[in-house]
Order: sequence, then C-alpha cells, then structure tokens
Amino acid sequence: MSEKDPIIKVRDLVVGFGTQTVLNHLDLDVRAAEILGVVGASGAGKSVLLRTIIGLIPRRAGSIEVLGQDLDTADEAERRALERRWGVLFQQGALFSSLTVKQNLQFPMRENLEISQQLMDEMAYAKLEMVGLSPRDGTKFPSELSGGMTKRVALARALALDPEIVFLDEPTSGLDPISAGDFDELICTLQQTLEITVFMVTHDLESLYTACDRIAVLADGKLAAEGPIAAMLESEHPWVKTYFQGKRGGSLAERQLRN
Amino acid sequence: MGEALLTHKLVGDRLELTASGSWTAPNAGELEDQIKRLASGTSSTNSINAKNVSIDMGGVGEFDTFGAWLLERLTRQWTGAGREAVVVGLPEHGLDLVEEMHDVNREELPPATRANPIVSFLAAIGRGSTGFAKNFYMFAEMLGETGLAAGRVLLRPSEYRLTSTVHQFDRVALQAVPIIALITFLIGAIVAQQGIFHFRKFGAELYAVDLVGILVLREIGVLIVAIMVAGRSGSSYTAEIGSMKMREEIDALRTMGFDPIEVLVLPRIIVLVVALPVLTFLGSIAALYGGGLVAWLYGGMSPDIYMARLTDAISLTHFQVGMIKAPFMGLVIGLVACAEGLRVKGSAESLGIQTTTSVVESIFMVIVLDGLFAIFFASIGM
Repeated sequence: MSEKDPIIKVRDLVVGFGTQTVLNHLDLDVRAAEILGVVGASGAGKSVLLRTIIGLIPRRAGSIEVLGQDLDTADEAERRALERRWGVLFQQGALFSSLTVKQNLQFPMRENLEISQQLMDEMAYAKLEMVGLSPRDGTKFPSELSGGMTKRVALARALALDPEIVFLDEPTSGLDPISAGDFDELICTLQQTLEITVFMVTHDLESLYTACDRIAVLADGKLAAEGPIAAMLESEHPWVKTYFQGKRGGSLAERQLRN
Repeated sequence: MGEALLTHKLVGDRLELTASGSWTAPNAGELEDQIKRLASGTSSTNSINAKNVSIDMGGVGEFDTFGAWLLERLTRQWTGAGREAVVVGLPEHGLDLVEEMHDVNREELPPATRANPIVSFLAAIGRGSTGFAKNFYMFAEMLGETGLAAGRVLLRPSEYRLTSTVHQFDRVALQAVPIIALITFLIGAIVAQQGIFHFRKFGAELYAVDLVGILVLREIGVLIVAIMVAGRSGSSYTAEIGSMKMREEIDALRTMGFDPIEVLVLPRIIVLVVALPVLTFLGSIAALYGGGLVAWLYGGMSPDIYMARLTDAISLTHFQVGMIKAPFMGLVIGLVACAEGLRVKGSAESLGIQTTTSVVESIFMVIVLDGLFAIFFASIGM
C-alpha cells in the first residue's frame, strides 16, 4: 500500500434504523498514521459511523475498505485477520467484568498469539505502564476502577495486539479536564511511538486542538467539513461555525491561536 | 513457522546476534523460543561463555511493542549477568518504542501468595456456613423491610405503584398460564397413568382417582406451580434487580428519595402472592383434567365415573390445603429473588451466580415450607 492510499476508505455509505436514515451517502478517508477526530451534534451518527466501519452495524449501501480490504468480499478468516489489526475502545470501556485488569489485557493475546504465560504477563504489565497505570492495578476487577482508569485499561486492551488502527469512541468523555488532557497526550505519544492510525469520535474541543491532525464534521448524515483545525475555524458551515466559534469553542480558539 | 528471526555467531568471546524478519506480535511466540534457546545454551554454539553480545537489528522489518520488549528482555538478561550488550542498527521508528520498553517491568511485584490448601479448605467451610446463616438473616431482613414498606403503602394507598403491579401481573401470571397449564396437565396425566397401572394389579383402579385428586390438590399442584414460578419469574426478578444494581439504577432511585423496596420489591412480591393462588388453581384444574383424560383413554374409565369418584374422594379441605399454601410460597419466592438481586455486585459473573442462587434457594425454601405446612395441617387435622 502506498503512502497516499487511505487506510480506511468509506464510499457512499448509507446507514439507517427503521424509517430513519442516520448516514446518507457519506464519503470519508482516513490516512495512515494520522489522528482523525470525528465531531458532530449528539445523534449525528458519529458512533454509528464508527460501529459501521468495524462491522457492528449493517449498512444499507456503500462500501468500506479497511487496510486495503473490502469488508464485503472478505471471508470469515480474512475478517478475523483484519479484526486483529485494529483495536477498539468503547464508550463505556466494555471491559470484561468477570476478569481482572490483567486478564482483560491478556484475553486477546491468549486467543490470537501462541506465547508463554510469562511473556503475556510481561506484555500486560508493559501495556499498563504505557497507558500510565501501575502493574499493581493488574489484579483489580473492572468494578473497582475509577472512570479514568477504566478508559486507560480499555485503551491498553485496544492496544494489546499492537493494532495498526485504533478506534476510540469518546475517549475523554466523563473525565475531568486534567485527566482528559493527560489522555489526549497519552494518545498522541502512543500514536507517535507505535505509528498507529487513530479514528477518534469525540465531543471534546480540547482533544480536537491538542491531539487531532485532521477533523471530520458530521452533519445531516454527511461530511459537512473536513480538514485541520485551521480549516474548521474558517469554515462557513453554520454548525461548524457555532461549534468552533461559539461560546466555548471561540474562547478556546483564541487561547490556542495566541499560544 | 520456524523462520529464523535471530541468528548467532561466536566471534572470540563476543556473541554476535543478527535479527531479521518481523519482530511483531504474531511472531512473538517463535521469537521468544529462539531467545530462550540462546540463553539456556541449548543451541549449537556455546553462547554461555560469551563475555559480551552485540545485537544487529538492521535486518528487522516490522517492529512493535512485542518485539521491543523481547529485545529489552534479551539485553536485560545479558546485562543482568554482568555482561555487556550493545544494540545496533535499530530502525528509526523503533527507537521510541525501545526507550518506552526500557522503563517497564522494573518494579518487583509481590509474588502471588499461594494459600495453604488445608487452611483454604477450612476457610471455605467456615465461609460457607456463615454464608448459609447470613442467608436466613438476609431473608428475615427482606421480610421486615417489605413488611415496613407495605405498612407505609397502607397508610398512603395513593402512593402504591398500581401500573407496575398490573404490568408485573401480566408477565408473571397471565403469560405463565399456557406453560403452567401444559406442565400440570402432563403431571396429572402421568400420575393417573402410574396409579392405574399399579392399582390394576389389585383391581383397585378406581382408587387411582383418589390418588390423583388428593395428590394434585394438596401437594403437586401448588409445588409444581411454585417451582415453575421460581424458575420463571424468580430468576427474572433477580436478573432485573441485579442488573439495575450493577448500573447504579438502584442508587439513582435512592438519591431521588424513593425507597427501592417500595418501588421495585413490593409490587413484585405482591404480584407473586396474588399470582400463585391463581396459577395453582388453574394448574390443579389442568392436572385433574389430564388425569381424567388418561383415566378415560388408558384406564377405560368414563368421564362420568371419574367425576363421580372424584367428588367422593376429595373434599373442600384438600382444596383449601393447597390454596392456603400458595400465597406463602409466592412470598418466599419473591423475597428470595429480590434479596438475591440486591446482592449482585459489579460483574456479569456475580449476576449469574446470584440468579442461580436465587432459583436454587427459592425452590429449596418452597419445599421446606411445604414440609412445615404438612406438619401444621396434620396437627390441626386438615
């Protein structure tokens, strides 16, 4: 695959539930090794887009290509192989509640790799340290974790197999601004060291400014705007304008530009 | 598999390792084996005697955290033994990763304590016994709290949740009618068949009707219905309340100033107390009908004879015995199911455990209660 080929290619995507059409002929490209932030009003279909790309929601029309592979033509084995090359952080963490943190991280390793328990332990601890937790947290159960820790463990699990793409569904929602900032930084650092592509659905303006290389705005089931933050600030689209130059977005933009 | 990811050469007292291929997760198992063989000296070269080691990473293609950690582990093994390790030719993007891995797994974790098997066996017995005792305590507590909530509702009847009650009644009683009627019908038929088959040897087939009538009205009808309801509705109560507990919905109710017992538990228990006699009545009728059908088709006893014999054999007392027991069984099932639901902790596993416990415990309690009633009715001559 050449540098320029998008790593995720969404074409003419239509997704709906019942009589309602959520995504209406949407096109989107995600480039290799970038952090793409997807924003949009609540209910605009951001999470639906993410879930459609990873194959959890059926689509009515359109094609999705991930890592050069069309999801429609892929057979069972190819799909499984593909699923191993991406990691997903769900909005609520979706950690397995009856497994400890360490077992949660080791679950994908145990299923997909033939490695010794010792290496699995070491890798689990390494991943925990990479997301800023202590190996001592490995024996805890998900119900004993705070919101921020849950997100970190979920990220560590998403990274367990060293995927090429990481899908993050609102990674900073429910975190205090300081933890959210740390989390953005963490995602940036990990993205740089591991050279992964990050597809991030978010509501957090701060994340968009600090972490994302490019932003895609969803409105009315389509891509309303796409580009780096500077392009967003110049956009004439009414929703984009309100979002980035409204009360909260505007003051943040001023501060960021002054820096 | 079996591709060489690491080749070695001994030059004087210096071990030269050349890495190649993909040092990534899918190859991690193979790579680990090769490193292990090298360290233990089981490979052809006597690498144990080497004073220092150099690792040439120039030939490595893909490289991820698994590869980086294994490299780090390899260098740590050598430097830990007081020998020198040099890594050369790392690909550009690998530098950050190796640096990242350099700091991990430094902390000594406390070893997992392995308990003495005898001690843990004794502890399990102790915990089991206190748990058993605690169950009764919890049951009594639930009974008290529900009674209190019922008292409060009696004082302010307008606050009773009628909609919820009607909804639950539909689920627990009305929707259960077909399956309960079917099962009791079959049980009645089986009892009649067995009775006729064995009594025929003494020419006392007619007494099979007594058997069916008394057994169904006094014991089987109510027991089968109670066991069915415990499995069907008790488990769903526990799962519902348990998952509400897991998702903090119970806490939400409490903070809004509602008593979860009053809102969730009381309507459910009242529904069970009302539903069990209704279902028992229908179940008993179905069982008697099944018995009659078998007596006719298998025993050659005409429906008229069956009815006449039945009227002789059973009295209102038999019917009363069954019906008096029913609401108490409903109460026990409801209390156990709700109490177990409220004990669910954070994990999906605990939800499963409590649901199982709920069903097992309520069936156990139903049978114990039935025994107590048998003693009671015997002593008052019913």
